[in-house]
Amino acid sequence: MKRETKKKTYHIIALIVIAIALIFYLIPVYWIISTSFKPYVDTFAMPPKFWFKPTIDNYKGLMTEGYMGTDGKRQVTGVSQYPRQLLNSVLIGFISTALAVGLGTMSAYAFSRFPVKGKGDLLFFILSTRMMPPVAVVIPLFLMYRALHLIDTHFGLILLYTTFNVSFATWMMKGFIDEIPKEYEEAALVDGYTRFKAFIKIVLPQSVTGIAATAVFCLITAWNEFTFALIMTTKNARTAPPSLASRMGSSGVEWGQIAAGTFIFLLPVVVFTFIMRKHLLRGVTFGAIKK
Amino acid sequence: MGSIANASKMRGMQDYRLKMMFIMPTLILLIVMNIFPLLWSLVLSFTKYSAIASESPTFVGTRNFTQLLSDSSTWSYFRTTAYFVLLAVIAQFIIGFGLALLLNRDFKGKSFIVPLLLIPMMLSPVVVGLFWRFILDTQWGLLNYLISLFPSTIHAIAEGINKIAYSISFPYIISPSITDSLQQATNDARGIIWLTKPNMALFSLVIIDTWMWSPFMMLLSLAGLSAVPKYLYEAADIDRASGWFKFRHITLPLVSPLLFIALLFRTMDAFKLFDLVIIATNGGPGSATETVSLNLYRRAFESWNTGESCALAYILLVIIIALSNIYIKYLNKARSGS
Repeated sequence: MKRETKKKTYHIIALIVIAIALIFYLIPVYWIISTSFKPYVDTFAMPPKFWFKPTIDNYKGLMTEGYMGTDGKRQVTGVSQYPRQLLNSVLIGFISTALAVGLGTMSAYAFSRFPVKGKGDLLFFILSTRMMPPVAVVIPLFLMYRALHLIDTHFGLILLYTTFNVSFATWMMKGFIDEIPKEYEEAALVDGYTRFKAFIKIVLPQSVTGIAATAVFCLITAWNEFTFALIMTTKNARTAPPSLASRMGSSGVEWGQIAAGTFIFLLPVVVFTFIMRKHLLRGVTFGAIKK
Repeated sequence: MGSIANASKMRGMQDYRLKMMFIMPTLILLIVMNIFPLLWSLVLSFTKYSAIASESPTFVGTRNFTQLLSDSSTWSYFRTTAYFVLLAVIAQFIIGFGLALLLNRDFKGKSFIVPLLLIPMMLSPVVVGLFWRFILDTQWGLLNYLISLFPSTIHAIAEGINKIAYSISFPYIISPSITDSLQQATNDARGIIWLTKPNMALFSLVIIDTWMWSPFMMLLSLAGLSAVPKYLYEAADIDRASGWFKFRHITLPLVSPLLFIALLFRTMDAFKLFDLVIIATNGGPGSATETVSLNLYRRAFESWNTGESCALAYILLVIIIALSNIYIKYLNKARSGS
């Protein structure tokens, strides 16, 4: 009986600590969202305003070009760069994710099912490419891209993001495919399927969970990437992260607009992750834990 | 009989072609985009070369390396990075693993709360850096305001840090100056200077990085904890084992491989720290938060000393490979031990 009450006390204390941690982790996020809806005068209010009259001025300011008119009203002259940069992020993020997951699934299948010479070394090599600091590889890549005229092109960034996600995708997918029993395909082969057909019709449907989890991680990486985007793009293919960063430098930091840009930018990934949350725990352990 | 042998030979050919078709694109991509550039930069690291000058590279032997390694400022960048890695990874480990221990129970809304806790690690470092800059602002930052609401708590924390630092005689970071500034700050809580004061800036980066990445530690620890079979605890309960005993002899050995993976990933990532710093402090004030990666970026894309920066990239690469090998050795040990 005494042990029971002690356990219950522990349980309650644990829940309280979790609640505090939750507040600690979410306050900055709340602050981003609330700042994006704050009127300009409330952005720097001291003490900070937790309640205010929400406005979408910051979003208007973010999405349009304009100047302050003499009557104190903002004159809109056109659409700003930001929508275009968001579109770049979407295109580059999703295409490179699709390519990385596709290529990764294929090579993972081959590594999982066939004898490959020096398999262990090859797999280690593939993983090790991911460990490299981007700043260290980016110098020769920059020279290479400059020579090939790939700087500031969508194709260039897609190629880069595919490369550094494909190693991760291979490793993660190998963990999933290893767990699909070989017997399924062998039965199909006996029935006259070709290997390729068996891969499409048997293996792929079985690894949907794995593909989904891998895609989430690849998308998050590509979506948030900053270093390569900063160095390899200038205008045409510039994605949202370096664009948000450069807003910092301009005179008079428009925190409201930065917050608005940030909120729009992080929304897709957070929503996507929440949809996929069931697969996440499994995915993040890189097959280290079998379920 | 013959036709079966023929069929299996056919199957072998078919399999071989498929195998090549499936592996080659990935390998070619990695070789073209990783190995080839690395070889190129190895060559460049022995030359004097600037990517924006019209002169072609001239061979200078190992001069770039000897110059870099004998320059004391290079070492100070490595030292800054090392302090950051050490503090950040330890803080993330303690907080992440601690939270996972707390979360490893059934309660209402768990499936909703765990992903909520993961939001920081889903954000871009750019976003995190920008926003913490706003939150840590001295005059109108949210954090200073919140701290000013509870001065006595902060006072106690500063005292605590001071005591710990004194007892383990930790150098540099938790040096008196930091606790001093913490204590001074409690007297005037609205005036803590986070990002623009040499000693505090690195400490602030540790706070930001910990906020962002301790959820990752938590997630991996939680995955490890939830995989520990329940019957082991039940058996220990029958033997009336203490909580500490269960933790030491059941939980820890079974979770440690995953913990090592998490530590490996975080150490490597912290070592590469670039985007967060360039946004939050831009290496400042002075060069107090100039990490190796940031310095490398400056050398390569601001002063355009391409040859020299290739050499620095290689030094960094060697250190990272050495570090990961040490980790992997421990990982294998932990695996075979459990």
